[in-house]
Amino acid sequence: MKEDIKLMKGNEAIAHAAIRYGADGYFGYPITPQSEVMETLMAEQPWTTTGMVVLQAESEVAAINMVYGGASCGKAVMTSSSSPGVSLKQEGISYLAGAELPCLIVNVMRGGPGLGTIQPSQADYFQATKGGGHGDYHLITLAPASVQEMADFVALGFDLAFKYRNPAIILADGIIGQMMEKVVLPPFRKRRTEEEIREQNPWAALGKPKDRKRNVVTSLELDPAIMEQNNIRFQATYKRISENEVRFEEINCENADYLIVAFGSMARICQKTIELAAEEGIKVGLLRPITLWPFPSEAVARQADHVKGILSAELNAGQMVEDVRLAVNGKVRVEHFGRLGGIVPTPDEVLAALKEKLM
Amino acid sequence: MKEEIIIAGFGGQGVLSMGKILAYSGLMEDKEVTWMPSYGPEQRGGTANVTVILSDERISSPVLNSFDVAVILNQPSLEKFESKVKPGGILIYDGYGIHHPPTRKDINVYCIDAMEAAIEMNNTKALNMIVLGGLLKLKPMVSMENVVKGLKKSLPERHHNLIPLNEKAILKGMEIIRKVE
Repeated sequence: MKEDIKLMKGNEAIAHAAIRYGADGYFGYPITPQSEVMETLMAEQPWTTTGMVVLQAESEVAAINMVYGGASCGKAVMTSSSSPGVSLKQEGISYLAGAELPCLIVNVMRGGPGLGTIQPSQADYFQATKGGGHGDYHLITLAPASVQEMADFVALGFDLAFKYRNPAIILADGIIGQMMEKVVLPPFRKRRTEEEIREQNPWAALGKPKDRKRNVVTSLELDPAIMEQNNIRFQATYKRISENEVRFEEINCENADYLIVAFGSMARICQKTIELAAEEGIKVGLLRPITLWPFPSEAVARQADHVKGILSAELNAGQMVEDVRLAVNGKVRVEHFGRLGGIVPTPDEVLAALKEKLM
Repeated sequence: MKEEIIIAGFGGQGVLSMGKILAYSGLMEDKEVTWMPSYGPEQRGGTANVTVILSDERISSPVLNSFDVAVILNQPSLEKFESKVKPGGILIYDGYGIHHPPTRKDINVYCIDAMEAAIEMNNTKALNMIVLGGLLKLKPMVSMENVVKGLKKSLPERHHNLIPLNEKAILKGMEIIRKVE
């Protein structure tokens, strides 16, 4: 066995990956099923090694505004929570998007609405991909389907956030957060120095030298003509992200007669579903969006050219199915299957739904 | 090789940690591993269960329809999982926790008087390791050497003095598991 392979929960992997990325700060408030993120950070005490700040805020609202403060200074900062806590953060997230600040948000989803359950859910798809807070904005939305991806997407999320000056979110759920799998942790990177931050993020509010104007980090602009120009700039960024950052995985899609589209834990369950289908002689492919925004619309549309029907399998009442239908544009039948409120279907349940709805 | 296992009982019986030790042992054997716990309110005193999958290949779903092996330590769990054992699969139960034994004839049923043995050993906390011994006797999916390595990995260092006791409990379990005809 190689020494660097570890067995850990998805939540723990997020924490270790954040330290190894060289993150400058984590601000959070405990909530099941993601409390192990902060617990692991507190146990690891990175402030004694890399100098990373880990702070339990007085609330989710405080935590996201601490992220706003850190991000304004060009620091790599993050927060994590689960559904009800992420709802509380929405105002701050909208402000971060409006101020063009990079940061990483983690949502380990549980069943809602309201306080709901503590069991796995994917019912925050709309919230993550369509804005969530007010205003015309998008979050770069990454959907991990394994503990390894929980670890890998921390660096990916931070890198994309800084590349485009836009918040990124890891949208996981209770299964991915709580289960243990093998993981190879990413190598340690050094935290950026003040000089590197100044050089890489000339917009950061780090004190005004004599040779430039002051940097102002704000989402407020009372002149609507300027605010429109700001929005046009945001939209141009979203277009660049959509053109360059779509990520997805296709499993057994060549020659498939039917297609399942599923993300995160549901994609894992549906991998077994397509194995079960193959045993019965039914050719089913799986398309797993890795970025939920930008959504892999073109990839879905390509599959629509040759399959007889598409099933969008989700732990919700039908959210991603809207993006699948937009991508398919009526070319082929698209149905939704979901379980709600924290109930997780078994692989054969998904297969039964596929047969009932599409065959 | 692929083993899909459910371990279920009351919270506090060591169900999750038994799964964890099995998972770590699998890791030591270079197998693919998933450990998926129930983390709901049941973990806090009610029924708790964990799905452990050990495989030579990449593991797809951590959530399963049916299992190769069910390890059952209380009556509510038997009612929940007896029907989920694959035909020809194995069901192991602790005689102490089960008043209405399994009725299926198309699976292999084994009884292990683990609680009794644990009381004899003056250590009711050894219950889960006795059961693990019984499981490993029927399904030698990991070597004893790797179980000990797995114990070292999953137990905090301050409890490493308990490893010989755990080993003894595992060996005891291997001795006392019996087929129910």
